[in-house]
Amino acid sequence: MEEKKQLIISVGREFGSGGHEIAEELAKRFHLPFYDYHLIGEIAAGKKIDVKTLERFDELPKIPFFSRTVKGYSNSPQENIANMQFEYLKKKAAAGESFVIVGRCSETILKGNPGLISIFVLGDIEAKVDRVTEREHVSRIEAEEMIARHDRKRKTYHNHYCRGKWGDSRNYDISINSSKLGTLGTVDMLEEYIRRRIGK
Amino acid sequence: MAAQIAAVIIFLIMFLLIIMDKIERHIITLGCAVLTMVLVFGICMHSMTALTETLNVAQIFTKGFWYAAGETSESSSGINWATIIFIAGMMIMVEGMAAAGFFRWLCMTIAKAVKYKVIPIFITFMIMSAVLAMFIDSITVILFLAAVTLELSQLLHFNPVPMILSEIFCANLGGSATMCGDPPNIIIGTSLQLTFADFISNTGVLAAASLVLVVIFFYFCFRRELTVGTEDVGAEVQRPDPKEAITDRKSFAISTVIFLCAIVLLVTHAQTGLTVATIGLGIAILTLIAAGRNVGNVLKGVDYKTLLFFIGLFVVVGGLEQTRILELIAAFIGKISGGNLHVMIAIIIWVSAVASAFVDNIPFAATMVPVIKSLAAVNGVDIETLAWGLSMGTDIGGNATPIGASANVVGMSVAAREGHIIGWGRYCKAAVPATIIVLVVVTAGIWLRYC
Repeated sequence: MEEKKQLIISVGREFGSGGHEIAEELAKRFHLPFYDYHLIGEIAAGKKIDVKTLERFDELPKIPFFSRTVKGYSNSPQENIANMQFEYLKKKAAAGESFVIVGRCSETILKGNPGLISIFVLGDIEAKVDRVTEREHVSRIEAEEMIARHDRKRKTYHNHYCRGKWGDSRNYDISINSSKLGTLGTVDMLEEYIRRRIGK
Repeated sequence: MAAQIAAVIIFLIMFLLIIMDKIERHIITLGCAVLTMVLVFGICMHSMTALTETLNVAQIFTKGFWYAAGETSESSSGINWATIIFIAGMMIMVEGMAAAGFFRWLCMTIAKAVKYKVIPIFITFMIMSAVLAMFIDSITVILFLAAVTLELSQLLHFNPVPMILSEIFCANLGGSATMCGDPPNIIIGTSLQLTFADFISNTGVLAAASLVLVVIFFYFCFRRELTVGTEDVGAEVQRPDPKEAITDRKSFAISTVIFLCAIVLLVTHAQTGLTVATIGLGIAILTLIAAGRNVGNVLKGVDYKTLLFFIGLFVVVGGLEQTRILELIAAFIGKISGGNLHVMIAIIIWVSAVASAFVDNIPFAATMVPVIKSLAAVNGVDIETLAWGLSMGTDIGGNATPIGASANVVGMSVAAREGHIIGWGRYCKAAVPATIIVLVVVTAGIWLRYC
C-alpha cells in the first residue's frame, strides 16, 4: 500500500478576512489537525508550564529598545515564544506529520518541505469591517482601527523573522481575496486547488 | 571643533545603533571605527599621530606590555590590546573547559553535596555563580548554571525562575570583584595599571559584603516560591550522577589544571610581573596544545565578534579622547561636584549604574576611563578611588534591567526556551531593589574607606 503523502497547509491572513475560518474548514475537509494560537497550549502542556504566561506574547513583534540579543540569545519574550513555536513546527514537519497551521510565519519556516502548500487570505476592507463588526460587536470605526492595529502587528511580527514580506503574493503558493467568493466559496476553491496539488 | 563634533556624532550613532539591536554589534563598532579614522583623524585633524596612538599597535612590541615587574608601564590611549588578548585567551580556556564537561560537573557535584535540597541548592548556586564569575565571563557561567537549574527544577519540581534571577545577579556581582571578572574591570585595570590584588582588596571586599546581603535578600524574596510543589518529590526520583557530565576524563583533568593555573597566575601577577596579556596568551596556548586534534573545535567556539566589537569600540572612544571631548565631560563633573570627593564618587557610581542599566556597560566603561583619569588629574583626587566607583557602578548597574548586562539576556533566554518567560516586570521586581541595596553598600563603603 502506498504511504500517505505529507500535507501541510499554511494559512496567512489579514485580520477580518475570514482566513482563520477558512483554515479551520480546510482542516476538517482534509481531516488534519488544526493549529492556531492553540499551538502554544500544546507546547506549554509538553513543557508542563502555564499557557497564560506564553499567550500574552504570542504572534507579537519584539519591542525595540527593551530587547537585546547576545550571541543569539534574546531577552524578548515575544522573540523567544516565536522561536519556540518555529522549532515546534519544524519538528512536527520533520516527523512527517500533516496539519493546517495559521500564521506563525509558517510559509517561510516550513519552506522547502515538499508537502507544504502556502496560502494567503486577504479581503476587501468593506467585507472585513462587516465581519469584524459582527464578530466583535464593535462600531465600524472601531472595527477599522482593530483591523489596522492587528494587521500592523502581524506584518511587523512576520517581517522581523522572515525575508519575504507579509502578504506579498510572491511569498505564497496562492493568494486569494475571500470577499469575492465568500468564505465557503473560497474554501471550495482552495480545496480543489489542494486536491490537484496533492494528486500530482 | 569640527573634529570634536564629528567624534561625538559618530559615538552617539554607535550607541544608538547598539541600543537598536538591528545590526550586529561588531559591525557597528568597526564601521564607526572606520568613520572615526577617516573623518576625525584624517579629514578633520589631519593627524597621523592621533591615528597611530589610537591603533596603539606599537604597544604590543614593548617589554612592558608582556612583563611589568618593578615598573609601571606608561598608560596609553586607543585600542586596549591587553584587554583583547586576555579576553581571547579566557575564551579559548573556557571553550576547553566547557567541552570537557567541567561546568555541568561542578553544578551537579554541588547539588549532590547539598543532597538535592532546593533551598541549599538555591544558596550554593548563588555563591557558586559569584565565585565562578570572578574568573570566567558571566555569560558562560549563566549558560551552564541556568541549564542545570532548569534540569534540576524538572527533577525536583520547583520554579526555576527565582533561582535563575538570583544566579544572574550574583554572576554580575561576582564579576565586579576581580580584574578579570567583567569586561569593564579588565578595561579599567589594564588602562590604569591596576593589579588583580588591587581589585580583590577593594571591589572584592565591597562585592563580598554585598553578596552576603543579596543572598539574604533573595532568600526572603523567593523562599516561599521555591518550596511550593517540592513536597511531593519522592526519594525514588533518579538523581543525576555528576560524573556523567564529564565527556572526556583526560581533557577534564587538563582543563581543570589550566583553570587553576590561570587563577594562580592572575592572583600573583603583581608579584610575577606577568601582565594579563601574557597570562591570556599563555593559557590560550596551553589550552590549544591540550586540545590536540580538537583544536579546530576549540578555536571555532571563540567569539571573534566580541573581540572585533572591542577593537572598533576602542577606536571610537579613541576619537573622543584625541579630540579632548572626554576632558570636557570630566571638567563638567568636577564643576558640579565642586571638587568634593563624596559628590564625585556618588556621581560616578550612580550615573554609571543608571547608564549601565540601559546601555551596554562596556562602551560606557571604555568612555569613562579617560574621564576619571582627567577628573583625578585636574582635581587632585586619587584615581583608584574613582576607578572602584566606576567599576562597581558599571558592573552592578547592569543588574537592574533585563538588557543591562549580557548575563541577564542569556539567563532569561535559556529560561524562556524551556517556556519560563521572564518579562521586564518580573525581572525588575527582584533585581531593582537588590541593585539599590548593593549600590548603597558600595557608595557607603567607598565613602567610609577612602574619603
